[in-house]
Formats: sequence, structure tokens, C-alpha cells
Amino acid sequence: MILLTGNDLASGDVIWWTGSGWSRHVGEAVDAGSEADAILARESAARNVNAGYSVEAEATASGPLPLHIKERIRASGPTVRADLAINTAIPIVRA
Amino acid sequence: MYRYDQYDQEIVDARVEEFRDQARRRLAGEMTEDQFKPLRLMNGLYLQLHAYMLRVAVPYGTMSGKQMRMLGHIARKYDKGYGHFTTRQNIQYNWIKLEDAADILAELATVEMHAIQTSGNCIRNISSDQYAGAAADEIADPRPWAELLRQWSTFHPEFTYLPRKFKIAVIASAEDRAAMRLHDIGIELVKRDGKVGAKFFVGGGMGRTPMIAPEIKDFVPEEELISYAEACLRVYNRYGRRDNKYKARIKILVHEIGADEYRRQVEEEFAHMKTLGIDPPVAELARIRTYFADPAYETGLSDAVDRSDPDFALWIDQNVVTHKQPGYAIVNISLKPVGGIPGDASADQIELIADLTERYSLDEVRVTHAQNIVLPYVKKADLYALWQQLDEAGLGAPNLGLITDMIACPGLDYCSLANARAIPVAQKIADRFADPARQRDLGELKLKISGCINACGHHHAGHIGILGVDRKGVENYQLLLGGSGAEDASIGTITGPGFGEDGIVDAIEKVTDLYVAERQEGERFLDTYRRLGMKPFKEAIYG
Repeated sequence: MILLTGNDLASGDVIWWTGSGWSRHVGEAVDAGSEADAILARESAARNVNAGYSVEAEATASGPLPLHIKERIRASGPTVRADLAINTAIPIVRA
Repeated sequence: MYRYDQYDQEIVDARVEEFRDQARRRLAGEMTEDQFKPLRLMNGLYLQLHAYMLRVAVPYGTMSGKQMRMLGHIARKYDKGYGHFTTRQNIQYNWIKLEDAADILAELATVEMHAIQTSGNCIRNISSDQYAGAAADEIADPRPWAELLRQWSTFHPEFTYLPRKFKIAVIASAEDRAAMRLHDIGIELVKRDGKVGAKFFVGGGMGRTPMIAPEIKDFVPEEELISYAEACLRVYNRYGRRDNKYKARIKILVHEIGADEYRRQVEEEFAHMKTLGIDPPVAELARIRTYFADPAYETGLSDAVDRSDPDFALWIDQNVVTHKQPGYAIVNISLKPVGGIPGDASADQIELIADLTERYSLDEVRVTHAQNIVLPYVKKADLYALWQQLDEAGLGAPNLGLITDMIACPGLDYCSLANARAIPVAQKIADRFADPARQRDLGELKLKISGCINACGHHHAGHIGILGVDRKGVENYQLLLGGSGAEDASIGTITGPGFGEDGIVDAIEKVTDLYVAERQEGERFLDTYRRLGMKPFKEAIYG
């Protein structure tokens, strides 16, 4: 599956495409499929996302998770500051 | 220390308002990200893994207590309560909002600070010896020279779009505490016939192609400093490669045409530069030098220190350095507590350091390229009271120069360029070697970790270096031995196949165990490695 991600323009927060808007929680992300480029173009032009791009992901029991470690850390927050994490339950390394 | 004049302040204030308008236009949709990105980068604002990151310049690592307090204020008000001191003697904030960025720059400007030239292909913040002005072994204070270069390089129209970024360091002692020869230009102040001048080393650097800068000129008198530096830059600007980002640093140019040919071209350009009359009058350097005059030392102070508290005595032995002035000492504040994040300090800690700077260090504080803090002017009589306050705030780690005093870049926990995490590895190594007696037994050991080939963590220059790489989506760590950023500069050699996160810690322990078994009287780890060579270490690691 393909997830769309980027940063909120004003706050810089990492955000994920939910099908109808953007969320800070990767668990709410949806597969953008073949619409990825069109959605990114539209949402970037509307300044709903900054520096957006698509990432490969997999469906898991706890929701969609990016395949690459970098994107998992973006989704979880810094692994060395649990107090600042978005979701410490996200496995950083793929099983 | 240097104080802004009217022109400095006007330049910085104008830049803040210019950026405020640029940010407003971006937020209003009047600029695309492609248009805005180079503008924000020119003001130190990156877009990193989790948010915007703002890098604030600390020229040659020197600040007042008021400036340090402002850094704590920004961490508290605009970030998440902490900042990260970097290997360029700067500070980075990891959680900045674009909508706040101009306000932050405006607040910085009130204390004569900014984020200009902390990014982009320009001359970056000039670094120097953290003990400048206080060291017993320096021939002059290098900071007036660094400040002159700062003024010359700020918004220099010819050098705003160089082939790549450009880093300069200035030192003034035989002991190199600033990794001078691993800079694009390294300047060592030397004395000849009673006059101080600059020895130029050009073409050093780390990154994917590490190089130690060769000496290009043995003596440049102070009245020709700027025209010689300009000649060095002009040759690079003309012939440095712009077709390949990875071959664009000056080290590649110097390496490819050779130091002799580069020197010849610089001399030719230098002869031309001298006809242009661009060097400032000597009186200008003299004016700048007055800002760096010795502080008002008290005289007749005792050098005696009561060492009856054993923990205090440990800290004195490890973190306190000889001062040129009787009765005073240079204090190193380690930002490397076991379990901590190298270089990070909380807003509370930063504000405490600001208070202690004013109370105990004649209102001056330094940031080091090893991501620690220095109080350069502490009366020996105040050391115990100072240490008690540092220790209570988690700033009393007695580990300067030991294995747990690691340089580590932010790595994949924060940096969008990184391939692997650096901080968790640093923490695991610190845990493994947490025993203070074991650390002291190992002695001076510079361990440096980078999360990618860009080498912000200086892994090439570590006695032990670690480079994190991405191996098919999995973090892997290469081990290097034998590097040094000091006056005996050398580039580390990769031992062999890399390791996982736990394996790299085991490998380091095998290396240090061999050192302990094989060292001769008085040998540091680096000395033993250089005497024995790689072979026995490789055998110990890989069996």
C-alpha cells in the first residue's frame, strides 16, 4: 500500500493522508493507491501539506505502517525521547 | 567579547524583517516551497525529520550569560524545552514552528545573535579554540582574527553561492582543540620575528571523502589576512566543481590539482588582490582586539583547592584545565551524562549555565566542537561551589575526553539525511562503560559517531569512530580506528564488516580490552593503535 506524508506547513508536524484530510497519527492513514500523485498535487497547492511524498507501507494488526525505518521513526517520534513520542508502540524495526 | 556596532545591529534587524515577510508570504501561499526553501535555509531554518529545525550561530563558540539565557528562553518558549549543541559550536532546536521562526530571530537579535550562514553554500559559522583567551599555551587570542573573518564573510556577495558550504577554523596554540586541519580553511596563528601571523591549511574536511588539509602558506601577516583568504576563496569559487555535489568541496579541488598548483594559483590571485586595497586597516583589527582584552582578573588569588570531597576531586582532575592567569581555572561542563543525549541540554540547564556564567566566569561561556560547554574564567576559590550546582543539575559528569564523552550527531532520530540512529548507540556504549574507574583507566579516548556519510559526528576523526549506514533498510554500523582531530590529525580506517546495534558495542569492548592488554606505559589508546597497527585489533574483533 501507498501512504502519503509530509509536514504541516505552519507547525512542521509530520502528517499522514487519511482519505479526507491529514492526521498526525499514522494509524489513521489510508492507502492512496493510484491517486497518490493527484492527491499530493492538489493538497500541496492548497497548502494542506508541505514537502509531501509517498511511501510504501504494509497493513498490520495495529494499522498501516511504513516499510522503511526512517518513516517509522517519523511516525513514532524520536526513539530516544519517549516523552516526545507520538506513538511508542510503533515497531521501529520491521519484524 | 565582541559587541555589535550600529551596522551589525542594523544588518541583523533588517534580516529579521526580511525573513518575517518571506515566511508570511509562504504561509499565505504567495511562494511555493521550492521558492521559499533557499530563503529559509539562509536563515538557518531546515525541514527535518519531525519538524522545522533552527540552527543558531554562536560565532567561534563564545557567548555572554545573557545570550546563553536567551537560548534557554527559546528552548522553553518555542521548542520542547531543550536544545542541541553541535559540532560547529552552534545550537539547534528540533521542534520549531514556521509561524514562530521570525519571532525567534527577532528575540535573538535583541541579544546580538542570529541564524545567518548556518546553512547554504556560503562561509559558515567560524569556529575556534574553546579555551581562547584563557589557555596557557596560546600565542595570541585567535578570536579577533575569527571575528574579522566573520565580518568579512557575512553576506559576502561573491561567496554567497559557492560550489558548496565552506568552513573555517582559527586556533593559536600547538595543541589543536578545534579540529583545525579538518576544515576547508584551517588557520593557525604563529609568531615570526615577534609578529603574529596566520599559517593557512586549505582543503581539509570530513564527509564522504575525508582529507587532512595541507599547509598552503606558512605566514600571512595580519594586514594581509583578508586578501589572502579572499584569494583562497576566489580560486575555489572559479574552479571548484559545480557539476557534482559530492566533488564540490574545496578539498576535492586541492586534491585533484595538488597543493602546489593550488598554492601557485592562490599566490597569483593574492598578488592581484593586494592591488585592490580590500584589506581593512590594521586599526580595525586593533579595534576588534580591544573587545577581547583580558577581563578584569583579581590578583593575588590562591591556587589552592580543597580536594577533600572525592567526587569533586575526580571532577577537578578530569574537567578542569590550567588557566593562564594564577588563581583561575578553565571549567568544562560535560553534556555527556551516562544515559543522556550527547550535546542536549534542557532549558533549565541552559538557564542555570547562564546564571553560573555571570556569577563565576566573568560573564563569558563557550560551546565546544565536542558538544560540551566551557566556563573560561573561574576563580579556583569558586570551583567547589560551582561544581555543587552543576552536579545537582546533572551537569557534573567527570568524563571530559574519556570514552563516554562521545560526539554523536542527531542521527536518524532527528535528521532527514541520516541512514542510522547515532544517539541510541552512544547511550549503549555509555552504559557499557559507565563505571567511572574503568573510563579513567582507559584514559583519553575520543569516540565519535555519525549517522551517515556526511560525518557531522566526526567519525573519521575519532580514535574510535562509528559510521551508521543503511543496509537494505536495516541499520548497520561500521567501526573505524585511528582517527584524530587534534594536532596529530589522521583519518580513521574501517576495521571490516559492520555490526548491528548491539554488535558494535561488543566490538568496541574487544578493541578496548586489547588496548588494556597491550598498552605500554603512558600510551593512550591512539598511541597503542598506531604502534600495533590494525591487524591485532581486527583479529580481536572478528576472531
